[in-house]
Order: sequence, then C-alpha cells, then structure tokens
Amino acid sequence: MALLELRNIVRSFGDFAAVDGVSMMIESGEFFTLLGPSGCGKTTLLRMIAGFDAPQSGEILLDGKDLVATPPEKRPIHTVFQSYALFPHMTVAQNIAFPLRMRKIGKAEINERVKEALDDVRLSDRGGRFPGELSGGQRQRVALARALVSRPRLLLLDEPLAALDMKLREQMQLELINLQKEVGITFIYVTHDQTEALALSHRIAVMNGGKVEQLDEPSKIYDCPRNRFVADFIGTCNLIEAKVTVAGEEKMVLEIDGLGEVTARNPGGELTGSKGVLALRPEKIKIGQQIALESGENRFRGKVHDFLYMGDVTVYIVEVGEGVHIEALLPNSAAGRPRIFAAGDPVEISWRYDAGVFLND
Amino acid sequence: MPKRLLAASGIAAYLFLYLPLVIVVAYSFNDSRLNAEWVGFTWRWYKALFEDDAMLKAAGNSLFIALTASFAATVLGTMAGYALHRYRLRLLPVLIMAPLAIPEILVGVSLLIFFVAVNLTLGLLSITLSHIAFCIGFVAIVVRSRLAGMDESLPEAARDLGASPWQAFRLVTFPLIAPGILAGALLAFTLSIDDFVITFFTAGVGASTLPLQIYSMIKIAVTPEVNAVSTLLMLLTLFLIVIASRISPDSVRGK
Ligand SMILES: Nc1ncnc2c1ncn2[C@@H]1O[C@H](COP(=O)(O)OP(=O)(O)OP(=O)(O)O)[C@@H](O)[C@H]1O
Ligand SMILES: [Mg+2]
Repeated sequence: MALLELRNIVRSFGDFAAVDGVSMMIESGEFFTLLGPSGCGKTTLLRMIAGFDAPQSGEILLDGKDLVATPPEKRPIHTVFQSYALFPHMTVAQNIAFPLRMRKIGKAEINERVKEALDDVRLSDRGGRFPGELSGGQRQRVALARALVSRPRLLLLDEPLAALDMKLREQMQLELINLQKEVGITFIYVTHDQTEALALSHRIAVMNGGKVEQLDEPSKIYDCPRNRFVADFIGTCNLIEAKVTVAGEEKMVLEIDGLGEVTARNPGGELTGSKGVLALRPEKIKIGQQIALESGENRFRGKVHDFLYMGDVTVYIVEVGEGVHIEALLPNSAAGRPRIFAAGDPVEISWRYDAGVFLND
Repeated sequence: MPKRLLAASGIAAYLFLYLPLVIVVAYSFNDSRLNAEWVGFTWRWYKALFEDDAMLKAAGNSLFIALTASFAATVLGTMAGYALHRYRLRLLPVLIMAPLAIPEILVGVSLLIFFVAVNLTLGLLSITLSHIAFCIGFVAIVVRSRLAGMDESLPEAARDLGASPWQAFRLVTFPLIAPGILAGALLAFTLSIDDFVITFFTAGVGASTLPLQIYSMIKIAVTPEVNAVSTLLMLLTLFLIVIASRISPDSVRGK
C-alpha cells in the first residue's frame, strides 16, 4: 500500500481552482517532488496534506486511512516551511525540543535526542543560540532537525532552499539527499527549480494550473516529456511545429514547414495526420562544419544565426531551411577558446531520430 | 539649504509642542502665587499638594480607575485584536476602531444617557466602565498590529509539530505578542489616567479624578498647585509611554 494517496483533490478559492483534481500515490521511503511554476498550486496541495487546509472534494489517505478529519497536530506529518518558521523566542535547542515536548517525552530523553539531532546537523555548539543569531544555512538545518527529531512518517518541504545562495544551495541539496537516505523518512519536496527537482527526486510530479501534467522518474520527465508544457518547463528544448505524415511501428516521418521531412521516434498511438511539436534537446544535436550522415540520423545544412557563451558550453542558434531556428550545444572543452563558429558561418547539424520526440497537441 | 530648513521646522515643531509644557513645569517650582514672573525656586506647591485631601482622594480614584480599566481593557482588547487578526471580518475592525474617532463628547453624553437608562448610580463604577469601553479599541489596534507583524507560519509550525490550538497560542503566539499586549496596557493606563471629557460626563457628583480636580481648581485660577499636579501627571504618562515604546517599538511608533 502506498504511504500517502491523494484521490482527486480539488481546492478552489472562489471561482479559481488552485488545485484541480490531483491524484497521486507516494510510496514509503520515496523522495517525491512537486515541481511547477509559481502559482500552480504546490503550496495549496502541501497545506492540505499537512492539515492546515481541507480539500473541497477528494480524499487524502495515509496508510489507507482518510486524514480529512484529523487536525494537523495529530498527523504524523511535519513541514519545513519556506521561511523556516523557527520560534524566535526559543533557543535552537528549545526549538528542536518542541515536538518532543508536545509528545510528553521525559526531560532526560528529550535532552539526549536534541543533542543527537544537533550533532546530526553539525550544530552541536549552537544549541544555546537564538535563531536570529544563525546564518541562513544554519537556520535551514535547525528547521530540518526540528521537523525530523520526532520521526514523522512523512516530511513536507516547501521550497526549503529558495532563500539560500547558489553555492549553499548545491551543498544543501547533497545534504538533503544523504539525510533522506539516512533517516528513511518519505519526503515530499516542493520546488519551482527544475534542476533541483531532477537532481534530488526519485519521482517528480510536474504541475501546472492546479493539475498534474506528468508524474515520472526524473530521466523520463526529461527525455520523454508528455506534452509541450513539460518539455518547455524542464530544461531548454527546441519546440518545432510539425505534422505527422507517416507513422510506422517505431519511427515516424514529420513534415516541418520550411525544413522538410524529419524522422522521429513514434511515442505510440495512431498519430498519422496529427499536428503537434517536435521536442528536441539542444545537447542531443551535433554541430560541425561537415558531419558524416549515419543511419537513423537527420541532417541539415544551415548557418549560425547567433551564439551565447555560457562558460562551460556555447549555445549556437542555427538557422536551417527557411527560417527554422534550432538551438544546439557545444561543450567548450578546449581552453581559452570561447567559440568555434561565428555568426554567419555555414554549419551542419544532425541528430538521431530517437533524440526527438513528437508531442501531439 | 533644504536640510537646514528641515532642521529649523523640526525645532519649531518641538518648541510648539513642548514650550507650554515647559512653562507649566517651570511655574510649578516658582515661589509665587502668580504665574507671572520668576521669583525663586521652591518645593512648596508639591508639599501643598500632598496635604490637600481632595487632591489625594482624586489621585487615589484616578489610580484605581486607571489600573482596573487598563487591566480589563487589556484582556478584552487582546481578545478583540486576536479575533480581528484571525477572522478577517469586514465590519468588525471598523466597529472596534470607530469609537476611537467618534468625538469624545459624544461618547461621554451617550454613556451618561446609557447609565441613567440602566439605572446605574454614577460614580467610580460608571467611570471605570466608560474607561474600559474606550480603551478596548486602542489595545485591540496595538495587539493586532503586533500580530500582523508576526510570521503567519509560526503558530502553524507549532500545530504542525504537535501542539493543540491552545498550546500553539500559549507557547508561541502569546510570548511573541506579549510586548504588544504590555504596550497596549500602558497605553490604556495613560489614556485612562488623563481622560477628562468622558470622565466628566460619567462621574456624577460623588467621585472625582485628577483631571476633574484640576479642572475644578482652575475654575477659580491657575494656581501653582495645579502646575505641580500637572507636572507629576505629565511625568507619569511620559514615563509610561517611553516604556511602552521601548518594549514594543513598532506598535507604538505605528510602523
Ligand atoms: N488563501 C487564498 N485565497 C485565495 N487565493 C489563494 C489562496 N491561497 C492560494 N491562492 C491562489 O492559489 C494559487 C496557487 O497558490 P499556491 O500558493 O499553492 O502556489 P504555489 O504553486 O505554491 O506557488 P509559489 O511557487 O509561488 O509558492 C495562486 O494563484 C494563489 O493566488
Ligand atoms: Mg508556494
């Protein structure tokens, strides 16, 4: 049985459905991420799981039991708030002891567990400090320690790293993965940062406008987006309007205005004649002065329209056919050389047929 | 140039506010019956004050009323402020704030009519009830502004970590708004102790308070004794306001 099951959750504010029929199952021990743009209903969904808000319809089941009538303090679910919500009038140690005190645990045991929790997050010498005296990263760790100290079944994290700077964020991401493995508690993690979601999660639910667009493993989400929104939201992606002329067993032939015929992988289904987009990741496109055509590849001649030097890679925008722009990446492996091609240079680009996926409208 | 202008107008404003008060304070130490010219320094008006039975009685009444009224108004006002914050009702805030804006004389008259209608003998009790009534709104505002400045997620975090609604209030919300409550209480105390208009209407014949006593004395003449008692009253209220602004800077300074 899944640890947490959401069945067709709906939550509207007036006429506006912030969460619009969300269903999902979250397994025990999973690092599960809700990913989506601002305002797509992630926090609203999390608040219903925590018990601060109730769905207008639908069910929330924990271990198969309906949670709707259970107040937040009775749910074995803890939240790490985006603002951390550390109690400013209590010391770090008192903050961490709070959930244990609420459970009427004896003084001696509380002290011991608080000490352990402080050790776990490497803040043993900060127990007597007040939250206001800590750095952002330290507060983050106190919030985690406080939420985990009483061993909840499920931990909800609402953009916990959003307030930290890049470097610290990367470090905390690694710590989060390790911590989750160590404690074995199920995490539901909310973020609008797709790289973070891909790096951390076992599974990701991509949300948009209160609905789940796709629920899959990170590599599936990245490589096989189910629709235009997911392809566009996760990473950068060339989205080229296309029409299916012939759909075979495994491959299909697409007709693209101004470019001609392109071979792509058939995602399945009867698609002949349908319109949509060809989604093509820039890093899957080869670019060179001349490229030998291998079997199963699409190849086009064009010229460099523009380029962007990014440090580790250079992004080339190549114009092929009549007015079709395709982004391709080239790693800058040779030192001291910001680019290989200049704007206007003639180039060839190619990609394997299965690098592109056709997304039906 | 604009900077100097700003400084000058600032000084002018302070002079305008405090010069009359300085004069009162100065004359309270003046060794003359007349508020006309400086004769010499004396404590004698303060001594006279502490030998004046009517004055002492009025001061005792004022203290009793201010303590009782500010305590009751603090309890009720805190509950009102919490309700205003918690349940975003449309009309309630207006209804609780309105008495602060309604002319005091109206409040005084209406309270007088009300007490007569319910057959309550005018005296200490009627004054105290009136003071509670007009102080609640002030306390509610101060407490509400303190609550508004508090991170919403703090009491939620408490609930999330296993606290009942009451525990969340007692262990998290209350300690965080306590400075606001205390500031509200001090504000209520200072409002009550120097209220004249409403007290005047609800006092009846028996009871007198310091402001009423001062008023009845200046009907004859502004004696140095009045200056002395005014100075003491001013010192007390100033002291309380300074403390209130110390413990809850934002709610008193109207941040
Ligand atoms: N209490 C409320 N009353 C009215 N509308 C609300 C309320 N709470 C949320 N909403 C609306 O519901 C939508 C979803 O909000 P939610 O906070 O869940 O978004 P989110 O995905 O968490 O966004 P973000 O990434 O910006 O935090 C928003 O359009 C928001 O305006
Ligand atoms: Mg949110």
